[in-house]
Amino acid sequence: MTVREHSPERDPDFQGTSPESLLAELRALLPPASLVTDEELLRPYECDGLSAYRRLPLAVALPEDEAQVVAVLAACHRAGIPVVPRGAGTGLSAGSMPHPQGILLSLAKLNRILHLDPLARVAVVQTGVRNLAISEAALPHGLYYAPDPSSQIACTIGGNVAENAGGVHCLKYGLTVHNVLRLRIVTIEGDILELGSQALDAPGLDLLALFIGSEGLLGVVTEVTVRLIPRPRTAQCLMASFDDVRKAGEAVAAVIAAGSIPAGLEMMDRGVTAAVEPFVHAGYDLDAAAILLCEADGTAQEVAEEIARMRAVLERGGATGIRVSRDEAERIRFWAGRKAAFPSAGRISPDYYCMDGTIPRKRLGDMLTAIAAMEVTYGLRCINVFHAGDGNLHPLILYDANVAGQLERTEAFGAEILRLSVALGGTITGEHGVGFEKLDAMCGQFLPDELKVFHGIKRAFDPQGLLNPVKAIPSLHRCAEMGRMRVHQGNLPFPELERL
Amino acid sequence: MSLEAFRERILERRPLRIRGGGSKDFYGGPLAGEPLDVSAYRGIVSYEPSELVVTARAGTPLAELTAVLAERGQWLAFEPPTFRGPATLGGAMAAGLSGPGRASHGALRDFVLGAKLMDGEGRVLTFGGQVMKNVAGFDVSRLLAGSLGTLGLILEASIKVLPLPVAQATLRFQLAQGRALETMNLWAGRPLPITAAAWDDQGLMVRLAGAEAAVRDACGTLGGVRVPDGDAASHWTALRDQGHPFFAGEAPLWRLSLPSTAPPLDLPGDVLIEWGGAQRWLRGDLDATLLRDAARRAGGHATLFRGGNRTAGVFTPLPAPLATVHRRLKAAFDPHGVFNPGRLLPDL
Repeated sequence: MTVREHSPERDPDFQGTSPESLLAELRALLPPASLVTDEELLRPYECDGLSAYRRLPLAVALPEDEAQVVAVLAACHRAGIPVVPRGAGTGLSAGSMPHPQGILLSLAKLNRILHLDPLARVAVVQTGVRNLAISEAALPHGLYYAPDPSSQIACTIGGNVAENAGGVHCLKYGLTVHNVLRLRIVTIEGDILELGSQALDAPGLDLLALFIGSEGLLGVVTEVTVRLIPRPRTAQCLMASFDDVRKAGEAVAAVIAAGSIPAGLEMMDRGVTAAVEPFVHAGYDLDAAAILLCEADGTAQEVAEEIARMRAVLERGGATGIRVSRDEAERIRFWAGRKAAFPSAGRISPDYYCMDGTIPRKRLGDMLTAIAAMEVTYGLRCINVFHAGDGNLHPLILYDANVAGQLERTEAFGAEILRLSVALGGTITGEHGVGFEKLDAMCGQFLPDELKVFHGIKRAFDPQGLLNPVKAIPSLHRCAEMGRMRVHQGNLPFPELERL
Repeated sequence: MSLEAFRERILERRPLRIRGGGSKDFYGGPLAGEPLDVSAYRGIVSYEPSELVVTARAGTPLAELTAVLAERGQWLAFEPPTFRGPATLGGAMAAGLSGPGRASHGALRDFVLGAKLMDGEGRVLTFGGQVMKNVAGFDVSRLLAGSLGTLGLILEASIKVLPLPVAQATLRFQLAQGRALETMNLWAGRPLPITAAAWDDQGLMVRLAGAEAAVRDACGTLGGVRVPDGDAASHWTALRDQGHPFFAGEAPLWRLSLPSTAPPLDLPGDVLIEWGGAQRWLRGDLDATLLRDAARRAGGHATLFRGGNRTAGVFTPLPAPLATVHRRLKAAFDPHGVFNPGRLLPDL
C-alpha cells in the first residue's frame, strides 16, 4: 500500500541540535545491542499499528534497566533531542511514530514480572511486560488483570498505561485507570517519580489518574503495580439477532436501563458478520442486520439469573432470534468472530481504516444511519463493530490505497465520523488515543483555553517539550490554521499531512 | 450565584476559600481566604438512566442527587461521605473521599467522567464528557477529584452511576484484628460478591451485594451471623459518615491508607479498619512523625483527618520532584494563587 513518508521534513523546534555528539554519548551509556542506528534495522520501528504514518527516527535506544532509561532521557534532555517512547508498537493512532530528529525509546527489554502477591492481589511488573502475560502469571492463583485490549497477546502494560487501554469487558471491570495502583516513571529531566502507591490512594494531587492515558507526553513508565481480581467462576454469552440496526442500538440502551451491567456487550453489523463467518464459523445469523453479544459472568446461579433478565429485555426490544452459549466451547466461538473482526476486514479489503469515537449509547442508531449515508457520499464501504455497552464505535472503512484518491476519501470519511461523534455528545477517541492521527480532530473537541491548560500540564512535567512532541495535544497554531482553512475552503477533511 | 459573579470574585485575585455545604470544613489544611459560597449554584443538568451518567452543578446536595437516582433504581456506588452535613457534589469531588465500598466498587475518581471548572483567570473550561470511554486530552476531570479546590472552581461534574444491587446481606464474624485482616484479604481474592469489609472491636462485618442467587450462595459459603437488614444499613451509613461511636469525641482522628495486607500496626490508640484492610483509623494524640514513619514502612501514608494540631500540615509531605510538579500544575490552573491556598499542601 502507499504510505505517507514523513521523514523529509524537519521540525523547526529541534533545529540546531547536534545528534552526533548525543549518539556518541548513548553509545557509551548503552550495551552495543541496545542502540540501533542502521537504517535497515530502524525500519521495523518506523510506525506503530497505524502503518499509514511512517517516519525513521535518528536512532532506537533499547535500555535494559531503569538506570539506562534515566541515562538516555537525561542525555537527550541535555542535548535538546526529542524522545518518543514505545512499548510493543501495537497502538492505532501513530502515538509512537518516531520523530525524525529524535530517539525512539523502546521499553521492550524491561519485560520482567518483579513480584506477584496473591494475598494482596497485586503484581509489580516492568513496563515492557505483555498484558496477557500478567493474567497468565496470575492464573494459578485464580486471579487475572481485567483490561483486555484486543492486542493483549502483544501489547505491553506500559503502552496500556499510555493509552488508558480498555477492552471488551471494561463496562463492568473498568479501564487501565481503574486497575493500576502505582506507577514508577522517569521524567525527561531524569527524575524518578512514584505516582499512586500499593495503598488505594496517595497524598497530593491524583497524578496517577492524570498520567494514565497521557500518551507518552509526561514521562516514561518503568514499573507498574496492577490490581488483580478473582476470575469469575463461570460465564455465558447470549447472541441476539435484529432485523434493523436501530432496534439493536435501542436494545443496548434497554439492557442497561433494566439494571444489568453485562460483562461484555458488543454489536456487529451484517458487514462484519459476513466478513468473519467464512473464516471463524462462529455460527452468526447472517440474515440479521446486526447481532449483539451479551455476556454475563459470576456464579452459575448468578449467570442464569442475569441471562434470563437480558433475554427478556432483548425479546421485548424486538430480537428476531436469541441463542445462549451451551458450553464454554460455544461461548469462545461466539467471541472468536468478534475478535477476528479487524483481521477479517483485512481479508475482504486491501486496506481498512479503524475509527474509535464514543457516543452516548442511545445515539447508536443515529450514528449507524449517518454512516450508511456517508458510504454513499464517499463511495466507500464501512462495516461496523462496536463496544456497544460503552458506546465505543469501531467503524472499519474499507479502501484500496493503490487506487488514487481512496486514502484521501477514507480520511475525509473518518473525519466526518469523528465530527459527528462530538456533535452527538461523544468524543473522537474512546480507547485508541489521539496520537499523531487525530491531532486535527482535537481542535474540534476542545477550545483554545482548554488546549492551553493541556499545554500547561505538559510543561509541568516536560518544560522543554521533548517527550513525544507533536502528538496527542495540537498546538494552538495548528488549530488556528485549521479554523482558517475551514473558513476558506468549507468542509475541509483531515488535511494535516500536506500542511506539515 | 451566577458564573459572572464567580468570575468577578476570581478576577479580584484575592485568596478565596471555596465552600459548598461546609460539611468538610474540618478536612485538609487550615482554612484561608474569603469564603466563596457555591451552594446556590445547584441543580441536576442532565440525567439519563440508560446512559448510566448524571451531570449536576457543584452546589447540588448529595442528598438530592441520591434521591433522584434512587427513583430510577441507581446510585453513586462510591458512597461519598456526607459527615451528616449538607454535603454537595462539588465538595465531594474536591475532597475525593469514598465510602465503605471503595475497595470493591472503586473511588469517586473512578466514577468521574467529566467536569466543568472556572480557572484562576475566570475562564470556563470543560474536560472529559458524559461517555464511559474517552481518552481525548489529559484526564483533567479525574485530576480535580481530591484536589481540594486548589486547581479551580468546580462548576459541574458528570458522574457514572450504577444500578442499585438487587440483593444485599451483611454478616458478622467474631475475629480479632490480625485474623480479620487475613480473612478479609483471603476472601477478596475469591469470586465472592463482597462489597465492603470493616473491622472494629465488635468484630468483622462483611457486606455482600449482587444478584439474589449470588448473595444467598455467599452467605452459605461464608457462615457468620446475618445482621438484620436495617441494622446493617445503619452500620454502613454510620461508617461512611463517621457517625459510628469510634468517631465520637474530640480526640484527633488519623487516617492511615495502607496496603490491605499490612499487619496490625504496633501503635497506641484505638483502631477501626475499613476497605478490607486498606483504610485504618486511629484515635488519640499521636506523634505525627511516628505515625508517618510507620505508614511509610508499611507502604502507605498517614493523614491527620480531623482535629489535632493542623499547623504542621495534615497530609504526608511529598518528595521534592513531586512537589515541583505540583507547583507547576498549580501555576497552570491558578497562576495568581486564588483558590484554597494551603488546603492541599502548605505552600500550594
